[in-house]
Order: sequence, then structure tokens, then C-alpha cells
Amino acid sequence: MKKAARAASARLDGVRSVPMPPMVKYLDQDGELLEKQSMSDELALEGYRVMLRGRRFDERCVSLQRQGRMVTLAPGIGQEAATVGAAMALDATTDWFVPQYRELAGQLWHGYPLRLAFLWHVGHPIAFQVPGDLNMLPFQAAIAGQLPQAVGLAWGLRLKRARGVVVAVFGDGGTSQGDFHEAANLAGVMKAPIIFLCQNNGWAISTTVEQQTASETLAQKAVAYGFPGIQCDGNDLFAVYATVREAVTRARNGEGPTLVEAITYRLGLHTTADDPTRYEPREMHDMWVDRDPLRRMQLHLVSRGVIDRSGLERMEDEVKEELRVAWDEAQKEPAPDPSYYFGHVHASPSTRLGGQLKRFERDGPG
Amino acid sequence: MERDERVVVFGEDVGVTGGVFRATDGLFARYGQARVIDTPLAEGVIAGAAIGLAIAGWVPVAEIQFLGFAHNGFNQVVDQLARVRYRSAGRFSAQVTLRAPYGGGVRAPELHSDAFEAHFTHAPGLKVIAPSTPADAKGLLLASIRDPDPVLFLEPLRGYRQVKGEVPAGDYTVELGEASVAREGSDVTVIAWSAAVQVALQAAEDAQAQGISVEVLDLRSLVPLDVKAIAASVSKTGRAVVVQEAPLTSGFAAEVVATIQEEAFFSLQAPIRRVAAPDVPYPVQMLEEHYVPNAERVLEAIVATTRD
Repeated sequence: MKKAARAASARLDGVRSVPMPPMVKYLDQDGELLEKQSMSDELALEGYRVMLRGRRFDERCVSLQRQGRMVTLAPGIGQEAATVGAAMALDATTDWFVPQYRELAGQLWHGYPLRLAFLWHVGHPIAFQVPGDLNMLPFQAAIAGQLPQAVGLAWGLRLKRARGVVVAVFGDGGTSQGDFHEAANLAGVMKAPIIFLCQNNGWAISTTVEQQTASETLAQKAVAYGFPGIQCDGNDLFAVYATVREAVTRARNGEGPTLVEAITYRLGLHTTADDPTRYEPREMHDMWVDRDPLRRMQLHLVSRGVIDRSGLERMEDEVKEELRVAWDEAQKEPAPDPSYYFGHVHASPSTRLGGQLKRFERDGPG
Repeated sequence: MERDERVVVFGEDVGVTGGVFRATDGLFARYGQARVIDTPLAEGVIAGAAIGLAIAGWVPVAEIQFLGFAHNGFNQVVDQLARVRYRSAGRFSAQVTLRAPYGGGVRAPELHSDAFEAHFTHAPGLKVIAPSTPADAKGLLLASIRDPDPVLFLEPLRGYRQVKGEVPAGDYTVELGEASVAREGSDVTVIAWSAAVQVALQAAEDAQAQGISVEVLDLRSLVPLDVKAIAASVSKTGRAVVVQEAPLTSGFAAEVVATIQEEAFFSLQAPIRRVAAPDVPYPVQMLEEHYVPNAERVLEAIVATTRD
């Protein structure tokens, strides 16, 4: 190798990696606190309840889907702490929650009704009609497609000098999308009050994170856009809550965006059309079962005496009943009129579309 | 912007320099950097952020510097922006105007000249406006900004420097979805939009010398389409030529031809003809005059249709 080339190579070796981002963690695997955390016991119990609600909802829906009563759906089993912890750090009256499609538990905390969640999984269009007082965008199927919009929303709030901030949720696969990079870049430039919450759940369908990126962490991608990236234990409610809360404070103070990589694991399926046994090593699954965020939180709450065994059983019964009521309500929702899909294309339909609707109402499709 | 404080202008180079075609000239000086904003060079997030800004209560007028590069943000324009109202069942809407220079004839570099309108007219929820005169550009732009739904506003590259015309002063709007008769005639209807209207008018003038009376219909708005005006003109003349700058296959002219067939078939005295670019990508500068439909080719089609 020539001398100059050797020197260049040596220079590049030095800049190949960036410092590891900080990793936030409070609870160990058995629910013991590693260090003091700030959430009150009452709030922790409420957080646990919503995590449980999300878990039981997903389990119920997978079962209903297997009975042919629901459409293809993407359960968030195993990721409840990551999304609930983030939602808990927000003020729902001013702050926005922008989902992908695997963060229902967090959406429930933010105020999305269970009844609509059930209707989402039967394919009813009103599930996408976020209730009028709820600061939330609808589910997004295009991976990372919500991120440019979330940045626009956050930037818009800043231009209005409003108090609100935005949490936008996406996955490890989403970090490969141009939309992620364009959104992060603009957010940095505009100092948009946004928290990019990346749920690194290990898998993008069957693709591993190692196949997704050569970066050592996903959090470090923030460095390139001029704002902090931080990792937290995504199966630790306290860690996610504390990390996102700090990022929310930064955003509210006009200090701009933060990328939070919540390390979690998809204990369930990508969707009900997926079969993880084709690609997921059994031992890896089992290892993460032991790190189940609900189990850890439950052990913690019991060991602190916040709740006991009978209290937990009571909570299970209450959640079961809530789900039953919501599912009953959802089933009572009238099916949309076939002509419903003509609505909401424009504020008022064009002459041409109006004509198509008339013909549809007279003759049906075709 | 004077009238509505919610209007914000942003995009690549729209601020201090006033846009590469000076379309936003003077706005930065007048309204400042809070409302006239230079953004990073990224079409996807320009279109996507417009959605979020609209949801936050702003009225974004964003510029895609050339329509040829809009495909970098195709997902945000077609799959997202166009569907905001629909997919949220009316909870959200996107009062967004995306301005985009497009079309050929000014010897611009590769991908700066393509007439890609048909890629966007196929996106339900998105309005597509393509004016040909300065007055319509003003009236339709103001109407687009005030429209509650997203509008892709196409500005012909040739229009910036080669077309001159009176512009009404003050607050002036032209309703979206209304074609205009650019020239009255009785033998053949030539239907065009954007820069092709000038070409059609020249051809009509030349046809007049041969004793053919040509009506030129300027669509102005592709979506919504003024079906009534098309039907009325073709019913009157019985003959139609549709002109588009884009390659022939699956171009918007095909939509116009199908519409005529549905609405005015029994008035037709001759097959409808299309004048379009051939099915090849837009060529580099030395070849472009052989590519973009010119008055000669339109005249040939006019004459041919009167002999069918």
C-alpha cells in the first residue's frame, strides 16, 4: 500500500464509529430497581393497567382473527412498556401521539377508545376517524410515512408558539426509509418539538436489525442530524417514561428533537399472516419471554406492596370486563353504508365523483 | 398572505432568492422568515411536512422545485397528502397547495422538463391545476390556496418567460374545475392545457388561413375536469384534437378522449386525434424541439381530422 493511501486509511479507521449513546435502565429482569426512579406508585399501577389492557386486547384479537372474525392485524405483544411509557410522558391535552401500527397500548393511554380499536381490526373505516378531541393521527401502514407529517405537525406547533410536542412512533425497519432520514433532517434544522420513538423490536417481519443497518445502534443516527439520540430499555416502563419525559422537556424548551431507541422485542407475530417459526430462533424468543415488560412490572409492584396477588386477579377481571364491553359495543356499530367510501375524498365531491356516487346508489358497483 | 395569516410558503430556495424562477420573489422581504421558509433539499418531507403543518392549522403553499423531482416524494403526495381527509374519515384535511414548475421547451437539464401530470391525476383526493395564462395563474393559484383540499398547481416552465398577458389587480380568483374557451370556432375543437394552449392557439391561427375554424378549449383544471365544457364544445364542432406534451401512452389526453367518447360520441363526425410526445423519455436539449408537440404537428392533426 502506498504511503498516502495508508495514511488515509488510518484516518478513516479513527472515525468509523461514534461513541455509544447512553442507555437508560431502572428495572432489572426480576423487577428490582437498579436505581431510584421518579414515577409514583399510583401512576406506575395505572401504567401497568394500560399495559395489561393492551396485552389482553391483542391476545383477544389474535384469537378472534383465528376465528375469522377479524382482518389481518399486527399485535404489539411484548412492546407495551415502550409505548405506554412514552404516552405517559405526554400531556394529552396539548401533545400529539403519531402512531405507526404497533403501539395500540400507548394509544389507549393517550385516549384512543378500545371500541374503536376493535373496529380497526374488523376493517371499519371509523377506526381511522380519530375522535375530535384527541391529539393523534390515524394508524399508518407506510413504514415511516407518518414521520414527515409528524415533523410538519411539530414544526407547525412551534410556529404557532403552542405548548404541544409530538411523539412519533416507528420501528427499527423504519430507520431504513428515506422518510425517516428526511424527517429527522428537517426536524433538526427547524428545531421541531418532536420525539422520534423508535421501537427496536428486533425484527422487521423476518429481517434482523443487523440486516437492516450497519450502524451499531439506531439511536446514533440522530448524531448526523444534529440532535441527541439515546437508548433505553424498552421493556422497562420507568426507563421509557424517564427518557421520553426528558426529551419532552427539551422539546418544550425549544431545544429541538430527540431520537429515543427503545430496545424491546416483538413477542408475538409481525401480523396474523406471519409465521415467525420460519425465522425466529426459539432460544431468542424464550430469552425475551423472561424479559417480558408486564412480568417485570408486576414483580416490581408486588414486591413494593403496591398490589397483591388478589389485586392482580381483580385487575385481570376488570380488564376482561372492559374488553367484553368494548367488543360488544363495537359489534353493535352499524356496518358502513356501501356508499360510505365515496365520502371524504374532497370537502365537496366534484361533478364527476357526484355522478359516480349517483350511479353507484342506483346500480351498485361497476 | 396578506389576507390570511395562516398561509406559509416553503420549499427549496423560495426564501431569500425568491425561487429559481423568482415565483416567490419579494415574499421573504415582506413576510419574513417565519412565513417564507427555505427548507432542506428533500421533496418527500416538503410534501409530508405540509400535511402536518395543515393539521396544526397552517395553510401551506409549498414548492416542488421541478415536477420531475416530485417522485422523490411520491408517497407523501399521492399516498398521504391526497388521502388525508379520506383516510381520517373527515377528522383531518390538508389545505395544501403544492406548486411545481413543469413541462419543456426552455432547454432545461434532464428531468426538469417532463410533463408528468398524469402520474398525479390518477390520485383520488388530489386536485391538479394547469393554467396557461398569467391571469389564470393568479386566479387559480389564489383559488387553490383557499381550497380546503390539496392542490397540485402546475406552472409551465415556458410560461415564466415566454408568455405575457394582463393580470387583474387585487384579489382575483378563478374557480377550480372550469375550462375556458381560449378561442371560439366551429369546425374542430382543440383541447389543451398549460403550455400546449399557446401551441394550440398558434395552430388555430394557421388553420384559419386554410379556412378551418378552430375552437381552443383550455382545460385549466385537469382534476376536477370540466366534462360539461368538453362535451359542449365537441358537440358543437363534431371534431376534436387533444394536445399533450407528455408521451402518448396513458397520458391525460387519453382521459379526455375517453370522456368525449362517453359524453359526445353521437356528435362526432371523425375519430378523435391526439398530438403528444412519442413514447420515449424527454430528450436532452439539442433534441427537444423535435419532441415537444409544436403548432405544425397540431395543425396537421386539425387538417387531418377535417378530412376524415
